[in-house]
Amino acid sequence: MLDPDRGLSLTIARVVQRLQGSSLHSQLERQARVSLHKPEIKLESLKEDIKDFLKTSGWEKKLQNAVYSELNVFPSPCHPAAPPEHIKEPLAYMRKAQGSWEKRILKSLNSMCTELNIPLAQKRPANEQKELLNKWNEMGTDEPDLSLFRPVYAPKDFLEVLMNLRNPNYENGEQPSFRNHLGLIQVPLKVKDIPELKENFSELGLNIGQLGIDDSAQVPPEFFENEHVCVGQKVLAEQDSAAAQQYVRQGCPTALRADLWALILNISNQPEDILYYEQLKSNVIQHNLLVDSLIYKDVKLTASNDDYYFVFEDYLYQVLLCFSRDTSVLEHFTYSSANPPKSYIQGKLGMEEYAVFYPPNGVIPFHGFSMYVAPLCFLYHEPSKLYQIFREMYVRFFFRLHSISSHPSGIVSLCLLFETLLQTHLPQLFYHLREIGAQPGQKTQRCVRFSRRYWKRQESKSHLVVNSWRQAQENLKTFLS
Amino acid sequence: FRIMAGKVKWVTDIEKSVLINNFEKRGWIQVAENEDWNFYWMSVQTIRNVFSVETGYRLSDDQIVNHFPNHYELTRKDLMVKNIKRYRKELEKEGSPLAEKDENGKYIYLDFVPVTFMLPADYNLFVEEFRKNPSSTWIMKPCGKAQGKGIFLINKLSQIKKWSRDSKTSSFVSQSSKEAYVISLYINNPLLIGGKKFDLRLYVLVSTYRPLRCYMYKLGFCRFCTVKYTPSTSELDNMFVHLTNVAIQKHGDDYNHIHGGKWTVSNLRLYLESTRGKEVTNKLFDEIHWIIVQSLKAVAPVMNNDKHCFECYGYDIIIDDKLKPWLIEVNASPSLTSSTANDRILKYNLINDTLNIAVPNGEIPDCKWNKSPPKEVLGNYEVLYDEEMAQSDGTDRDLRGRPGQPMGVKGSRTRDSGKPVLTTWK
Repeated sequence: MLDPDRGLSLTIARVVQRLQGSSLHSQLERQARVSLHKPEIKLESLKEDIKDFLKTSGWEKKLQNAVYSELNVFPSPCHPAAPPEHIKEPLAYMRKAQGSWEKRILKSLNSMCTELNIPLAQKRPANEQKELLNKWNEMGTDEPDLSLFRPVYAPKDFLEVLMNLRNPNYENGEQPSFRNHLGLIQVPLKVKDIPELKENFSELGLNIGQLGIDDSAQVPPEFFENEHVCVGQKVLAEQDSAAAQQYVRQGCPTALRADLWALILNISNQPEDILYYEQLKSNVIQHNLLVDSLIYKDVKLTASNDDYYFVFEDYLYQVLLCFSRDTSVLEHFTYSSANPPKSYIQGKLGMEEYAVFYPPNGVIPFHGFSMYVAPLCFLYHEPSKLYQIFREMYVRFFFRLHSISSHPSGIVSLCLLFETLLQTHLPQLFYHLREIGAQPGQKTQRCVRFSRRYWKRQESKSHLVVNSWRQAQENLKTFLS
Repeated sequence: FRIMAGKVKWVTDIEKSVLINNFEKRGWIQVAENEDWNFYWMSVQTIRNVFSVETGYRLSDDQIVNHFPNHYELTRKDLMVKNIKRYRKELEKEGSPLAEKDENGKYIYLDFVPVTFMLPADYNLFVEEFRKNPSSTWIMKPCGKAQGKGIFLINKLSQIKKWSRDSKTSSFVSQSSKEAYVISLYINNPLLIGGKKFDLRLYVLVSTYRPLRCYMYKLGFCRFCTVKYTPSTSELDNMFVHLTNVAIQKHGDDYNHIHGGKWTVSNLRLYLESTRGKEVTNKLFDEIHWIIVQSLKAVAPVMNNDKHCFECYGYDIIIDDKLKPWLIEVNASPSLTSSTANDRILKYNLINDTLNIAVPNGEIPDCKWNKSPPKEVLGNYEVLYDEEMAQSDGTDRDLRGRPGQPMGVKGSRTRDSGKPVLTTWK
């Protein structure tokens, strides 16, 4: 076990290393230098005065938010001797299962590629580039022939893999028993029970106000709503990420949601961020990737037919095509149980120096992937900001919903949690659902995968599901406090 | 025979399932037009006959119809504009604060219809206005048609040469309604969502004009164009860009039969609140309610307030990019065709709630009743304006009622209590 002090200094070292050389770092230096001209900065107390200046000008807050962001995204070191793969996934059998799943997906992708005789990546001819640039805002009207493409996998394929997960060290016995024959998930992961959940989500308690419940038409707004909205505006004015995170545990006012989520995710849409997005866009224009067709097909099959999201179809292409080319997403594989698929330049199979990640961001889109982006379109109508919010959401939360891991916020644990709760507290309902062929686990899968959208529709019902991926953040907080 | 005496006898000349299913579920009996009937859901052609001087007949106390005799005062494009202009002038004459104008001479509270002229009658007036802004686009609409038929856009006077009148002709010779057109300033800066233009279809039920009592259906919808909006002159002829009528859009290449290009008003609300903020969204919806009520008040004096009548209107509203709503037109016979599954459910419920209000308890009507349904039967309707109640509430409320001023009630939620919250205008 790592003692707290050692762990803390390791964490500090890591955060410092990550922030060093970042644009925030250079901006802070620049601000400090500029402040030297100010009268309140005196030579005798230089260090203190500069610190005060950074505090009053809001730059300390920005640094705070950046540190908070780092703490939230990267897991704490469990032990200095732990190999990197343990940070990704500590359980060997999970790693193995994820590995075989990845092999299967890549095989499916490669065979489609061979069958259709389409390269994984290809430079676009000049006239095609020009055409795409003109049509950038209305790619939905494009009618490429997608009939030969099939999704690399669908949620039900993944569900099947999850259902077949087994811990080889755990003796289930050959006979199906009461304990194991009912649920879909058959691995003995630790999940929280109701008392633990109550503690974790204490803000959902009856004595604490919650938007979505305590602001309904019958309740006078003076009881809770007005005050809560007021506090929300103050939090935004303070620009404090941690405070915002805490604030939204009691619900988020619709009008403040876009800004609050951006604050929590520490997205400020700086000029360099916009430039980065534009760079990705030009990558899309110049090169055609096979996964682009998969994205088109997915959007056409799902979002275009959805009565909430069809309006935003064009945004989805603008986000997802860029996302596939964003190599910064590769960073998240440090803490994800997944590994980015590798592809080899033609003829150089197995030679590492000719290996590239494919797609460039390491994430192969599956059927329904575009639905991760769709609900965000209700909040952000500026493509570069929408992109950044989605990317951050993906590397913090969504990746856990389609990879096999033991993480408490991962899809396996969430399904098991749902099944266990249902079985324990509503056994008749659980049994009834099984009888009519509606496996509760499948319902969870769909719910959790699309829970952002679910949340917008039925905020009060799905807090449990939505908040479960905030658990990870809370765990870190307790470690450090 | 006596057992059936209590059941409502209905007739309709509109063969739509959303109607017929509603009649049948109430156990009403279908009869023919020439038999004794209690309830007749008519097309606008039929209502013309029923109330016409030559062929019309007197309705008895136990007969109800779904149109007012001269609904066209509101639902014909030229008469609607005429009545609103007249209403504004009257208010101005009596010095009402509602008719206040700004420094440019535009009405502050009553400028909700785009500048419109009748053709060929006002041709010269139109030319004068056109020349003030020769680069503007105008939209030509035939007075008596629907579903986007015959509509086109112009940006040059030469395109409407044949409506020009010889200015020496003295009086307006009444022309058949086929040739009469209105020309309105085209709103070329509509609010776009996802880059596409849309308009709002809202349903408003009027049970009586004097005193004015009207209800707004909470479940309206937005109709999106399938093609990205562009004000470019090269696309003025492309009706898929400009006209939101489903009758037009459904012939487009990208028309989708699952969602039909329709969005609920609550989605619109969510999007606007999230991206623009709560205050401006509430203000927008308050203004929409306001312009509907004002349009009804404008025609109330000239409307034949026949006690046998009620009417469910389809209001078409466009929102521009400054979040200002514009009244485009009012339909007397909003389409009851369902383009999607959701559509069918919506229209079925619309008729259901309408019948619950218009024909209380589903029993044989007595047109002498006070037309004050209890709040439990409103369903998805909410009271938009109740003149009687507004007057009994006292005069201290009338100044607060203008749009843009806080109403002191939650603007964004369903008003389950049925309490008339929008009755402070007088």
